[in-house]
Amino acid sequence: MTAIVVFIDQINASGTLHSTSQQLLTLARSAGEAVVVVAGPVSEDLAAELGVHGVARVLHSEQSELADFLIAPKADLVAQVAASVSASAVLLENSPAGKEIAARVGVALNAGVITDAVTVENQGGALLAHKSVLAGSYMVQAQATSAVTVISVKSHSVEARAAAQTVVPVVERIEVTFGPASLGARIIRRTSRTASGRPELEDARIVVAGGRGLDGDFGPVEELADVLGAAVGASRAATDAGWISHAAQVGQTGKKVSPQLYISVGISGAIQQKAGMQTSKVIVAVNKDSESPVFEIADFGIVGDLFKVLPQAVEEIKRRRS
Amino acid sequence: MENAALNIVVLVKYVPDTQFDRHLTGENHRLDRNESILSELDEYALEAALAITDDRGGAKAGNFVTALTLGPASAVAAVKKSLQIGATSGVHVSDEALAGSDAWSTSLALAAAVRTLGPVDLIITGMSSTDGETSLVPTQLAARLGLPAITFASSLELDGTTVTARRDGDDVSEDIQATLPVLVSVTDQANEPRYPNFKGILAAKKKKITTLSLADIGLSADAVGHIGSLTRVDSAAERPARTAGTIITDAGDAGIQLVDFLAAQKLI
Repeated sequence: MTAIVVFIDQINASGTLHSTSQQLLTLARSAGEAVVVVAGPVSEDLAAELGVHGVARVLHSEQSELADFLIAPKADLVAQVAASVSASAVLLENSPAGKEIAARVGVALNAGVITDAVTVENQGGALLAHKSVLAGSYMVQAQATSAVTVISVKSHSVEARAAAQTVVPVVERIEVTFGPASLGARIIRRTSRTASGRPELEDARIVVAGGRGLDGDFGPVEELADVLGAAVGASRAATDAGWISHAAQVGQTGKKVSPQLYISVGISGAIQQKAGMQTSKVIVAVNKDSESPVFEIADFGIVGDLFKVLPQAVEEIKRRRS
Repeated sequence: MENAALNIVVLVKYVPDTQFDRHLTGENHRLDRNESILSELDEYALEAALAITDDRGGAKAGNFVTALTLGPASAVAAVKKSLQIGATSGVHVSDEALAGSDAWSTSLALAAAVRTLGPVDLIITGMSSTDGETSLVPTQLAARLGLPAITFASSLELDGTTVTARRDGDDVSEDIQATLPVLVSVTDQANEPRYPNFKGILAAKKKKITTLSLADIGLSADAVGHIGSLTRVDSAAERPARTAGTIITDAGDAGIQLVDFLAAQKLI
């Protein structure tokens, strides 16, 4: 059976299997035999979880370069393992690091790279990727024409499922050779941000996003997000104003999200914002300006004062639940 | 020690204006490139290059900022705009055989073009194009040229030959250091791009734009374009345009109506 390499980053990680990795393993199993490459240690918990997902073979490296330099050494690791197991495909998560590894593996293995896949199907051994392009205005089906296919896959491409049979993976520690240029960009400082405890934007079923209309006060948006178990997003205007971290930005130059429900609050909905959210299943908009372009794409729109509408909705949700 | 003059290359791309509807056409589902402009995200790359060379005495002190593009004849407009903003010269890789190139073959051609420019100290790019949006090309170009890459830099400084950049991730910010030569892609947080002024527009007319064919950069036609690319688009479907749903004006109970809507949609 053909080997499908799945990369899992355990540098500065929790030692457990992230839901996105579980989805990649489910995809890999549908197309061949998943061979997992881990940067960093393989904890007992991680090995057990990989076994539940039917992974029989894990190769990992704990070389210090993987943590000390920016991304490129991880790509060397993935490319060398993929070549050594004659992988037909390499699957990565669609994070900036995942896409960069994909790019480098593409050059190293002369492999076509497809990013931002929302689904991947196995058609007689060929992996067909579906992705949304031009700010969500088209869906395309694409494939690599090379011997090896490299795909970075967005969250929720598939429902993660355990394998029919749990196995005990063979975990092999390896050393790889790093290219000279891979050791050129050194990480001299890492500054962690405190976690909000809310879901990650690209993972969340519901996103509540705020913009200029909040006038610096994200309180109402956060309260609504918390009663809904939602992630908090923001327009570029709000992040540029410094009201919230740039990591929360949804839009052309921020996160591209497609949750079940996107609640847009005090955001006009110009093209920069639309490019990041118009593939959401249901869009709700609250804005005091009835001319805001967001109302052209909203399934339910409220022209009104968000500082009245949001608290009222929060109270109503709490009331119905009690 | 006096800082040496710099040779900086900035990648610029001529892309359909995102303010208008964009379309895929033809059997290979290529992008209709009418109504195109210099990619907004490349303006940040150009600004980063100009800020660095300004600090070192600009063009007068022998610093070069070359705007490099790859694309059809019309793409020279992106180079011209870059020259108006302040780049010192332009290079346009143009060949019919390049049409339909994916990231793999685009980076192959760009690497070949960069090699014709002599020793380059710094390559600066935007965080992605605004059309393909894969962010693959900067990294692939660095890999092909054997350069370290610092991607998604939200700040960029050069001290002597040491580049320091910051990358802002979701949970962590990283400070990265590298020694020239290096490739850096910058985000839209990196700076405030300057606009071309009247003097710049006049000066641009005297600046040199070199057009390079595939033969000039030593590549054969089958290494690039539709034939050389390693990915293909099998099919494309335009997503039905979203239409407006129910819009209400708050009469005091809009918050409750919102909850009714969410409940009806089984979202709460």
